[in-house]
Amino acid sequence: MAVASTGNRVTPLPRAESDNAILVAEDIVMRFHTAEGGVVALDDVSFTVSPGEFLAVIGPSGCGKSTLFNIIGGLLGGYDGRVAVAGEKVSGPHPSIGMVFQEESTFPWRNVVDNVAFPLEIAGVPKRERIERARHFVSMVGLDGFEKRHPAELSGGMRQRVSMARTLASEPKILLMDEPFAALDEQTRLLLGDKVLQIQQQLKQTMLLITHNITEAVQLADRILVMTFRPGRVKRIVDIKLPRPRTSEIVSSEAFGRYVAQIWSDLREEASRGLVEAESRARHAGEN
Amino acid sequence: MAARGTQHWLPPVVGLSTFVAILLGVEILIRAGLINRFIVPLPSEVLASFGRVVAEENIWRRFLLTAWECLASGLLLTVFGIALGVLLHRVRLLRLACETWVAATASAPLVLAYPLFLVLFGRSSLTIIMLAFLAGLAPVILKTIEGLATTRRVLLDVGRSFKLTRAQQFWKIYFPSALPTIFVGIRLGLIFALINVVGVEFLINFGGLGQLINELAERYDLPGTYAAICFVILVSVVFFVTTERAERWLTSAG
Repeated sequence: MAVASTGNRVTPLPRAESDNAILVAEDIVMRFHTAEGGVVALDDVSFTVSPGEFLAVIGPSGCGKSTLFNIIGGLLGGYDGRVAVAGEKVSGPHPSIGMVFQEESTFPWRNVVDNVAFPLEIAGVPKRERIERARHFVSMVGLDGFEKRHPAELSGGMRQRVSMARTLASEPKILLMDEPFAALDEQTRLLLGDKVLQIQQQLKQTMLLITHNITEAVQLADRILVMTFRPGRVKRIVDIKLPRPRTSEIVSSEAFGRYVAQIWSDLREEASRGLVEAESRARHAGEN
Repeated sequence: MAARGTQHWLPPVVGLSTFVAILLGVEILIRAGLINRFIVPLPSEVLASFGRVVAEENIWRRFLLTAWECLASGLLLTVFGIALGVLLHRVRLLRLACETWVAATASAPLVLAYPLFLVLFGRSSLTIIMLAFLAGLAPVILKTIEGLATTRRVLLDVGRSFKLTRAQQFWKIYFPSALPTIFVGIRLGLIFALINVVGVEFLINFGGLGQLINELAERYDLPGTYAAICFVILVSVVFFVTTERAERWLTSAG
């Protein structure tokens, strides 16, 4: 069942809202079978994303965020529930969903423009046209002048921008990102956040960001879905009513601080549970 | 600008100077009687013998024959080595069953099987090519498996997210990702192949530089023998440079 995004409680989503959504995740349950028995990674996770909306999914480590990313991206099957894009059920990688991965994922043997042109090459776009279109997306992520460089010659932040440009080049309806800036320092992360906001505004791009970083989520999102520690459930969906267009300057505002505090109060309990469980596991491992 | 120019020519100059310095050192040690000149000839004598070896021993025909045998075995071990490596990577059962055996053949002295190859292929270049091919095959297979198996998961996920077909996944991601490791295998295979080409030519007294080394050694022409060995090194250098160029070209085409 889909859920509404307002208030502190998760409530069933009215049918009309679910119908307007570009992405619907409904009653997602994912179980893994391990040597120690079954583990429920996601339990009854439901939400919707409207066209042009920026939704951030936040939760402590081990809450099943990356599992959710893989399910929505169509890379992971074997779950209960339903994921649909524009009413069409997702049963594998879907052309309307573009994925940006947490791990560095540029092709080291291709230069920047050839990396970005990759999905166009797969789609059979003629070389001259695809290079031209790739240059447009390279420019959009602010990498003008680096077209002929190889990933090894770029910084971590630049490489993630190449990955993002490559995904944007496939012109997906939904851009799905799994902690794309997790490996970067805070200042670079804030500045890249500006770039993401700029791109979203320019393309009116629907975005779904998986993150564990509260400031990043508040800086970028229209709504934040807070997840519980294992099993991952929807704890609360928070509307972020900060003005748009936004930049990283918003982090110094009072309203921003209030949202961060509110989300941290929700996450604190879950993160503490995660920490206790991790310590308990480490203790058991030490005893064995 | 000047620093960049210096960076360009300095390494080869240092390399060449080191080589000349070593030869001079050997020359001095031999002349001082510290190295037996009946085992190691004077480098100056080796240098002087080049003209004689080239003029009297039909060196270019022999050089080309050895290079051809090396090229033929190199092409065979590249094609079959990569194909078998891909097959073993794809079929897990086959890999588990065969990988150890393939690794074992890498260190086996296959050259000792030359009488069998003489029976099968006669006293011809084919015997030499087939033995060299088999001797160099294992490293190409093993390095192909390693290269494909170490392709990063996230790159494959990128391919899946763009809905690549199995063939596209192989040619656009697996293969270019594995290419540097595959080329390590090809270079190792070529080294094994060249050793076996020269070794079998020497053993069966046929054809190229191996036979020439045999003949010159029989005549106790030590400077000539060492000069012929220099031409074997030249074959090795030619193949090393060729594989390096091929790798660069294939990588840029990936």
